[in-house]
Formats: sequence, structure tokens, C-alpha cells
Amino acid sequence: MSGRFIDNLPKVYGLYTGGFLVFIGLMAILEQMGVSAATLGILFVSFTILIYAAIGWLSRTMQVDEYYVAGREVPALYNGMATAADWMSGASFVAMAGGVYFGGYGYLAFIVGWTGGYVLVNSLLAPYLRKFGCYTVPDFIGTRYGGNTARLLAVIVLVVASFTYVTAQINATGTIASRALQIPFELGVWFGLLGILLCSMLGGMRAVTWTQVAQYIVLIIAYLVPVIWMSNAQGFGAIPQLSYGAAVDRITELEALHGVGTLMPEASQGGLRALTTAHAEAPDSALASWKFVTLVLVLMAGTASLPHILMRYFTTPSVRAARRSVVWSLFFIFLLYFTAPALATFTKLQIMDPALATGIIGKPVADVMAIDWIQQWSNVGFLKIVDTSGDGLLQINEFFMRGDIVVLATPEIAGLPYVISGLVAAGGMAAAMSTADGLLLAIANALSHDLYYKIIDPDADTRTRLVVARVLLVMIGAGGAFIASLQLSNILGAVAWAFSFACSGLFFPLVLGVWWKRANRQGAIAGMALGFAAGTYYLYLVRFAGMEPWLGLDHLRFGIVGMAVSLVAMVVVSLLTPEPDAETQAMVDDIRIPSGDSILAETH
Amino acid sequence: MSKNMTHQVHWQRTRNLTFITLGIWFVFAFLIHWFGAELNQTSFLGFPLGFYMAAQGSPLIFVLLLVWSTRRQEKIDDECGVSE
Repeated sequence: MSGRFIDNLPKVYGLYTGGFLVFIGLMAILEQMGVSAATLGILFVSFTILIYAAIGWLSRTMQVDEYYVAGREVPALYNGMATAADWMSGASFVAMAGGVYFGGYGYLAFIVGWTGGYVLVNSLLAPYLRKFGCYTVPDFIGTRYGGNTARLLAVIVLVVASFTYVTAQINATGTIASRALQIPFELGVWFGLLGILLCSMLGGMRAVTWTQVAQYIVLIIAYLVPVIWMSNAQGFGAIPQLSYGAAVDRITELEALHGVGTLMPEASQGGLRALTTAHAEAPDSALASWKFVTLVLVLMAGTASLPHILMRYFTTPSVRAARRSVVWSLFFIFLLYFTAPALATFTKLQIMDPALATGIIGKPVADVMAIDWIQQWSNVGFLKIVDTSGDGLLQINEFFMRGDIVVLATPEIAGLPYVISGLVAAGGMAAAMSTADGLLLAIANALSHDLYYKIIDPDADTRTRLVVARVLLVMIGAGGAFIASLQLSNILGAVAWAFSFACSGLFFPLVLGVWWKRANRQGAIAGMALGFAAGTYYLYLVRFAGMEPWLGLDHLRFGIVGMAVSLVAMVVVSLLTPEPDAETQAMVDDIRIPSGDSILAETH
Repeated sequence: MSKNMTHQVHWQRTRNLTFITLGIWFVFAFLIHWFGAELNQTSFLGFPLGFYMAAQGSPLIFVLLLVWSTRRQEKIDDECGVSE
């Protein structure tokens, strides 16, 4: 192969994808030869991590623009893949289908919110921030509004939002690594962190970009293959996403038969849940509809404010490529998100339908307990059967499980070979690692570029800056791993909180920075500080101080309160103080035109 | 036309396109889901329509919307002579 890496991308990633498929085939052969499921899991996870680490090593750099923005030469298609991997976390991969399984229609708010947010990114922010030419999101805030206070506030919001998110990701890598490699969870967390740092430390954004592309390929294959295989085996055809309508109808019939929503579990079983929500029942009151759309709004505005996503669009060669790469991102994300509800529906049907061989609800408890996958997952505490009625038959309120099972146990429920389980573990690992990488880099870059270089030591030379960036990366990663290893409960709450934190503090200062020339420094400071403070205080009140949520705005939706305060504060304070100087206004005009030089110099 | 004038025209067209895009986005992000229960009375491809729109319809429309609006925006940039 001749020429630079960047000119050979289709060849490189084509070979990589082919190689991965060959690897899967090889594992299937090993399975036939009698290699154990545990060994296959170890091979899958360690081999893929080794590949990512090799990419990370090959992408090492000592140049500032390579480290912060991958040299701004990532083509739109590849940046789309990298963003999709950056975006889809362990939670999306492992927990989303389970969420739909338990939450039904109400949980679909996550699917609408986490896709529709990209319309905001594309229309309001990405192309303009790319034209600006910043390295980090606080870099934009600091230059557009001027002054260290605005920059520092942006750094604070970024760190709080991203750090809540990253601990959940490190936790996920720990869970998957410990299960696949059969090591204790605490060790799994540090092992996961090691993998994450290998991908990001030496090459910064450049290394993270090219590993994320590789991780996207693994995760999408790992998500789609089992679902399509299972759907084919069950007679739903090769494109299950289009044909599961009949399954939804059938589930509605079965829900009446099994008493879903009327039979409630008698006692709670820790983190395990019984099914109590109807699958397709829509919100049917104004309050329920309001709760659905407010959750959608928080997730969308949060998407458009999360710095680890926005900074991906700083790496494209042009404004046009930035726009196109948002479209690609959404497309690649869509592939997984429109599959998740199909998977949830199939799994639910298989478990509930007494006419299917896999159906367990309504069957004798003794028979169900003898099934392989039931035994295997109850042994690790993911599943529990309690015959509270004592009639010897399994009722819907006697079957408890963790949502994650929907993805993790699909291959076993449907009787697929173990090689598929190994593939799913590698996919989950890729999803969690890629998101953790992006988040850690976003935090470390903001601290090294905005706090250290721009505020503390503007005379630092390139070498010092890059050393500081890497030291911070390791320190923050270690901090995240430490918190994850404490296994604080309710880590999934934290993922949704990141979106509310981000949109409370950053959404309006970012959007109005481009779209409202009159927005000034005082307004932005008020918008960030008051919005973030109001959101955080409201979270404290509803979550920890026992306050009754106002208008159904619970702890998942506190960003609504934060954003409202942020908008009002920013507009009122901006209008009460002098308008920005002519130079700033000219700068805003310039952001809006794709052609011409970026506002900030190529390296700064 | 002076450079300033073309820039003004370009921004006006960009802004109009953004408003239209966000209008369509608003309908499929919020408006239709408010009436999920009503939509569920209708069946589409074998799905209850409300469920379908939240699970597939809205995300699909977002993808198509971005393809359309990005093309429109590129045309505006080209016509105003401000593309890179």
C-alpha cells in the first residue's frame, strides 16, 4: 500500500472489516473443535482490544493540532462512524433494548431524543463551530464572549457533565471485561481503563478517531448479526426492523392473558425487575404526554451541548464536511437505534408466547428452572424466579431480570452458537470503550488547553502542553475508574443526568453565540452560571431533599428547569448590558459564512 | 452585488432554511408524540402508528430531513459563492 494512511482509508478499513469477519469465522471453527465458551469470550475481547491499542500506538503524535483535532483531515464518512461510536455508549448497546423491554412506549423517548438531537447539532452548531476553528468547546465560549470567567464556567459545566457520564462507561467496561475475562469486577475496571488509555494517550484525538472507526465496525456487526439471525430463525424475515408489527400486536394480546400491568410483584428483588408496563401503550393523559416530550427535549438539547460530540466535528477538513459528517453520524446511529425496539419486541414475544417453544411465562416453574440460559444467568444474579403464588406455574410477576439480559442473552435464548455471545461481548466492550475515550479526551483537553494553557500558563511550549494533556488524561481516567470501582448504585441515572447538566449550562450560550449577535459576555456568564446552578439545585431538591417534582419534572428532566433559567438569564442580562464590540460582531458574521479562513489560527 | 450584500442574502437564506428544518423537526420530535394514544388507534405496516413513529418513524424522518437540508444548504452556499 502506498501513500499516506489518510489516502488509503477505504482499503485499510475494508481489510480491517474483512479481517474481523475472518476472525469470527475462525472462532466458529474453534467452537466446533470443542474450545469452551469462556475461552472464546477471552479471545474476542482481548483480540479486539489489542487491535485498538495497535491503532492507538500507530497514531501517536507530538503535534498540537494532531493531538487536539486529528489534524483536521478526517473525511465526513469516517467522522460519522467515529461519532456514532463516540455517541453510542455501553448503555446504548447493552441497556437500550432492555429499557424498551421494561418501559415499552414510554422508553422510546430515548430513541426519539437521542436521534433528533442531531438535527439541532447540524442546523444550529456543528458547521459554525467548525468554521470557528476551535480545539475545544470552552475555546469557542472563551473567544466568542471573551474573558477567562466565561471560559472557566464552560470548563466547569463540561467537566461535571462529562465526568458523570464517563464513570458509567468505565463501569460498563469493567462489567464486560470481568465477565468475558473472568476476573473480579474491581480488576476489570482497571483493565478497561488500561485499554481506554492505550487508545487515547499517545495520539489524542487522532488516535481516538481511528480507534473509534474500528470500534464502530465491531459494535454494529455485533449488534445486528444476532438480531437478524434470530429473526430469521423465528420466521420474521431478514429485515426484522420492518416486520415486527405483528409481534407487537401479539404481545398486546398476551399482555391481557398474562396480566401485565395488573399482576404486580409482591416484593422487590434488588436491581431485578418484573414486567409491569404494557409494550405499545401510549401516554394517554396530558401529564404523560408532557413527560414524554420533556424527556425528548432534554435528551436532544443535551446531545447538542455535550462537548465530546461537538468536538468530533472540529476534526473535518471543511465546514461542508462537518455538515455531511453530522448526517453520516445520525445514519450510523439510526442503524442501531431502530433495531433496539425490534430486539426488545422479539425477546419479549419469545419469553411470553406459550405457543413458542421458548415461551416460559405460564409454564411449570420446575421446567423453566431446568432451561440452560435461565440457570446460567440466575447463577450470575441477572435473573430470578420466585413462585410467590405457590401454584407451581410461572406468572409474569414471578419472573425477575436485569434489562441488560435482553442484549446479552439473546444468543442463548434463541439457541445461537457461543461464538455469537463472544461477538456481543466484544461489541459491548467497543461501545463502552469508544464513549469513555471521547469523554476522557474532552475533559482532559478542556483542562489542558483552556484551563492550563489559556488561563494559567499562556507561554507554555508545545511539548509542555502535550505532556500536561496526557498527565491529566491519566489522572482523570484513574479518578473515573476509582469511582466506578466503588460500585455506587444507580449508575444509569447518571447517564441521563449528563444530558441535563450539559444543556442546563451550555445549550443557550453555545446556540445564541452563533445565532444572536447581541449576546454578550455578561449574558453568557449569567446564562451558564445561573442555568447550571438552577438545574443542579433542582436535581438536589427532587432527588435528595424529597421535594415533589414540579409538573412531573423529575430527576431525569432537570435540564428543563436549568435551560429555562439559562435562557431568561442570558437574554435579560445581555439586554441590560452594552452590546458586544464591533470586532466581536464581525466575528459572528464571519462564522456564518463557510468560505474564508477560520477565526482561530490553524494552531493556537 | 457587494461582498457584504451577498453575505446578507446568504445568511437570510440560511436562516430561512434552518427555520423550516426546525419546524419539521418540531412536528416529529414533539407534536406527533403528544398525540401518541390517538395515533395508536391507526395501524401502519402492522404496527400501532404511535408506537411506530416513536420507534422508527421519527428517527427515519430525522435522517431524511438532514439529508435534504444539508443538500439545500450546500446549494445556497454555492449560489451565493461562499462555499469553500
